[in-house]
This record gives sequence, C-alpha cells and structure tokens, in this order.
Amino acid sequence: MAATTTTAAAAAQLPPPAAVHVPPGSIRGDLRAVKIVWQREMIRFTKDRLRILTSLVQPILFLFVLGSGLSHLASHGTHGVDLRTFVYPGVLCMAVLFTAMFSAASLVWDREFGFLREMMVAPVRRSALVLGKCLGGATVATFQGVIVIALAGLVGVPYAPSLIIAVFALLLTLAFAITAFGVMVAARINQIQSFMAITQMVMMPMYFLSGAIFPVTGLPSWLTVLNRLDPLTYAVDPMRRIVFNHLHISAAARRALDPGLTWWGWRVPSLVEVAVVAAIGLVCLAVGVVEFSGRE
Amino acid sequence: MNEHASAGGAATFAPPAAAASISVQGLSKRYGDIEAVRGIDFEVAPGEVFGFLGPNGAGKSTTISMLCTLVKPTAGTATVAGFDVTRERDAVRRNIGLVFQDTTLDTYLTAEQNMRLHAELYGVPRQAIAPRMRQVLEMVGLWERRSSAVATYSGGMKRRLEIARGLMHSPRVLFLDEPTVGLDPQTRSSIWSYIRELKSAEDITIFLTTHYMDEAEYCDRIAIMDKGVIVVLDTPAALKASVGRDRVTLQTDDDAAAIAEIAERFDLSAQVSEGAVTFGVSDGALFVPRLFAELTVAIRSVSVSRPSLDDVFMSYTGTTIRDAEATALDRNRATVAAFRRRG
Repeated sequence: MAATTTTAAAAAQLPPPAAVHVPPGSIRGDLRAVKIVWQREMIRFTKDRLRILTSLVQPILFLFVLGSGLSHLASHGTHGVDLRTFVYPGVLCMAVLFTAMFSAASLVWDREFGFLREMMVAPVRRSALVLGKCLGGATVATFQGVIVIALAGLVGVPYAPSLIIAVFALLLTLAFAITAFGVMVAARINQIQSFMAITQMVMMPMYFLSGAIFPVTGLPSWLTVLNRLDPLTYAVDPMRRIVFNHLHISAAARRALDPGLTWWGWRVPSLVEVAVVAAIGLVCLAVGVVEFSGRE
Repeated sequence: MNEHASAGGAATFAPPAAAASISVQGLSKRYGDIEAVRGIDFEVAPGEVFGFLGPNGAGKSTTISMLCTLVKPTAGTATVAGFDVTRERDAVRRNIGLVFQDTTLDTYLTAEQNMRLHAELYGVPRQAIAPRMRQVLEMVGLWERRSSAVATYSGGMKRRLEIARGLMHSPRVLFLDEPTVGLDPQTRSSIWSYIRELKSAEDITIFLTTHYMDEAEYCDRIAIMDKGVIVVLDTPAALKASVGRDRVTLQTDDDAAAIAEIAERFDLSAQVSEGAVTFGVSDGALFVPRLFAELTVAIRSVSVSRPSLDDVFMSYTGTTIRDAEATALDRNRATVAAFRRRG
C-alpha cells in the first residue's frame, strides 16, 4: 500500500523532461559511493540466507565436535575448564575469518560477471569503492560473529555486557582487517577458483598457527616463531583474555590456558595486539586501493 | 584495388557546424608492437546518432574504450562533451553513459536496486532519483518489472535495463558498444526502436559500434573502420550513392575462369566472396542478358541487388564484413589485425 501511494505521488509530480543535473565530484559524492557499495553488500548478504548458515558450520564443528570430542583427552591439562570454553575465543575469530574472506571473494566474482566494471567506470575515487567493500565485508562478518557470541551461554561463558562490547569491537577490527587483506588479494586475481585455493592455503595455516586451539606457551621454538608471525595470533590472544577475564577459574588454570603472548619475554598488552591487527588491516586497505587505482 | 581507395584512405572529413559532442584528432592506441588504432580523426555533432561499423578486430572497441576513459591513448587527443579524455577523466565519466558488450548488471539485485546503485555512484541528487528512474525505466518498458531480480530477466531485457541505467544520470553522450550483439532479430529491432525513441525524447548524442550492416542504416552518419583506420565517413545514403552501382552475384561452374572472362570481355573486376563471383555494374538488369550471351563459363544462378551498406563496405575495404571477420580470430583481435596488416 505504501508503495502504491509513492508511485502515484511520483507519477503526479513527474516533470516531462526529467533530465538530472549531476554535480561535480566531491567528498560527499565519495561518501555516497562508500555507503551504496556497503549497502549492496548488505542486500546481497540478507538475500543469501544459505551463506549465513553455511559459514556457521565450521565454527560450530570446532566448538562442539572438536571441543566435546577432545575434552576427555584434554581434561588433565585444562585444570577443570571445559575445552569448549577454551576454544571459544578462537571460534569467535574463526567465524569472522572465513566470512570476511568470502566477502572479499565476491570482488573476484564481480569481475568475472562484469559488475566490477560498472563500479570501476563510475566518477568516484577507487578508494571509496574499496573502503565501501571492506566496511561491507566487515559488517557481514561481524554479524556472523554476533551469532557465535549468542552461543556463549552454551559453553559456560557469561553474557556480561562489558564482555559482549569488547568482543564485538575486537571482532569488528579483525573482520575489517581480514576483508582488507582479501580485497588486496582479490585485486590481482581474475578467477574465483584461484581465489578459493589461495583462501584455503592461507586461512587454514593462519588459523592453526594462531593459538586458537592451543595455548601459546611452551611451544617448540619453530612453532613459537610462526605463531608470533601469524596476524591472527594478535586477535586470538586478546579475545581469549577478554573471555577469561569473565570466567571464575583458578589462577593455575588461567596461567596454563591464557598465558598471554610475549615478545622476547615481554607480555604484549591487549591494546598493542589490537593495534597490530588494525595496522595490518590499514596497510592491506592502502595496498588494495593502490592496486585498484592502477587497473583500467 | 578499387576506385574508392584513394578517396577514402587519407580523406579529411568535414566537421559538423555546431560545437562537437565528440572530437578526435590523431587518436592512436598501441599494444606493444600492435597498433590497434592508427591515428583516427572525426567529429560528432550534438544530437547525432553516430555509428562505428567494422568487423571484429577493426579497432572499434579500442576506440570506444579510449573515448570512455577506460584505455589511455598512446597518441592524439579526444574530447567528449567538451572534456579531455585523459586530463579530465572524471568530468568525461559524469557526462557519458556506457553500455558494454558484456552485461555489467548485478543479477542478484532487482532492476530498481541496480538503478539506485548507479544513481548513487554518479551522484544523482536524491530527490531526482525516483522520477528519473521511473522515466527511463518506462522508456525501455521495464517499469512494471522493476522489483524483479535481474537474474530473472531475458537477454533483451538486460540490455534494455543497461541502456536505461546508462541514461540514469542524464549523460550528454551515450556510448553503446555492440548494443544488439547476441540478441535474436526481434529483440534487436526492439532495442533499435528504443534507441530511436531515446533520440527524440532526450537531448543526447549517441555513439555506437556495430558489425551488423543493417543496423548501420539507423545512424545519421557512419564511419567504416577497418584495420585500425577510418576508411570512409558519411551518411548511409551518401555512402550508398558513392558506390552507385548494382551488385551482380553469380554461381558458376568455374569461378576463376568466369572472373578472367568478365575482366577480358567487359573490363570489370570481379571477386569471389562468400563462395560466389561478385562485381558491380551501373545497371544490373540491362547487363545480365549480355552476360549470358558472352560468357562461355556455365552460369548456375545469377542475382542483381541494389547497393547496400554491405556493398559500401566491400567497395571501400575490398572484402565483405563476414569474410573480414572470418580472418580475424575471436581471441586476440588486435594481434590478428596487426598480423594481417603486416601481410
């Protein structure tokens, strides 16, 4: 009904030659471009309900199947803490990781199906398009993370507002960084298959090395080095710290399960870790903008 | 090779009287060793429907890409709607509409969402979006289907939507790169009726490329492009008049002998194209009886046709457009064109 009224109103005021005047380029124009590219991501995500479900499968497998399945084996090392609670921070990161990367993949898809050209020929800055895409991917991925936040109660993590806010902010930062990384990669790739192969090649090692499924102390030195080089480490560690701050567990359990990340013996503060993630995201964003500006 | 070659090759074309909508001087594009476009000059007047005609690989798409700021020229200059295509790229982009050969729609979105996205990217004032969208969607007959996902559209509907979208920001020049390629004949003619309607409804210049001869007739002026240069540029009527001859097409038992005899007895130069011997004469109907009387090679069939744009193309390039395309491979168009030029 509302639609009919609008249509009638539009018809009534329709001027005969409705030629529009397009103003010259401006910051405002670029902001509109950022917004509409972001909106497109939202529209496409909400239309794709299957994708919302499928990208939850992997985190849920890790959380409930791996977490429950290994809990008996691990019971001596966890000081009575449920293994599912231990892997929960890592699973939060995982939910965001894959969704963000798939959002960036749509850029390759857009190129294959031609739509990217419509955006590339528009009289707006490429940076506006890339930023809109990254913000869109970040929003979609964070939404996926929110679903995992909602599962907290099932693994013994309390729904404390301070925890939810901190986790949300960290997920948003991580989602943005990963999307920016994906966009940077997507800029150079023309086929969706190649992008998926790269995703598998990069994402799984990143996830396994990050400490999402094991504590980061007492590792063999080669693994310690790889762990410290993995960008995801700097999201998993503060995530675990936030979650463990809200658990009532023994000091021994805390020391064993949430030892904290160190650089040459110096315990890295959470804010520095988050800054590392944000900085990586911004660098990827900048590289992505340069790559897209150079094309066509 | 034929009587037009010298007139067409280096001719300078008289510019239209009004300030040009598109103005091109010495425009060239080189890809490595290959010169896809070899220094072309032309002007298009405001309000004109200007067609670029030529086989695949002639340099049409490269030219259109340079005019649309998608490809940087290696030499020469071009202005579109008064803006330089290399120095004032964004100004050119705001003033042109583009419809590519391949679809650039987001098929997951509805027509309306595609239109809105375009309007936002091009900075169309918010209050102008709804009325303008209605106007252009009605023009192409898609207003009723605006809420359907583009994935449900037929090929012809998608092309119409792309034309409407290209008009959304009221461009001064609309570029259509092969607007009817891949469509069935009925859809092709409906696309053309929209283009003609558009010309009367909007104050717009239309620049299009095509390799369909029959479509070139809809243009006010045509430039025939072959191997990176403009061979001739004029109105369709003038081009046909310049050929001025009827075309006689023969099926014979021995084409080579027939060509030799025609040259010897009538002093006419015939060629084989598309499996038939063909040549031009001033009055075909009167000539056919003489042909039968004097030719010793057996003639299986004969037809006489009034000049068409096909003949114009034939006359200026020495080949039919289909033969020209058969020689060019679909991939690496420019490469093939370059090799042919090297001989």
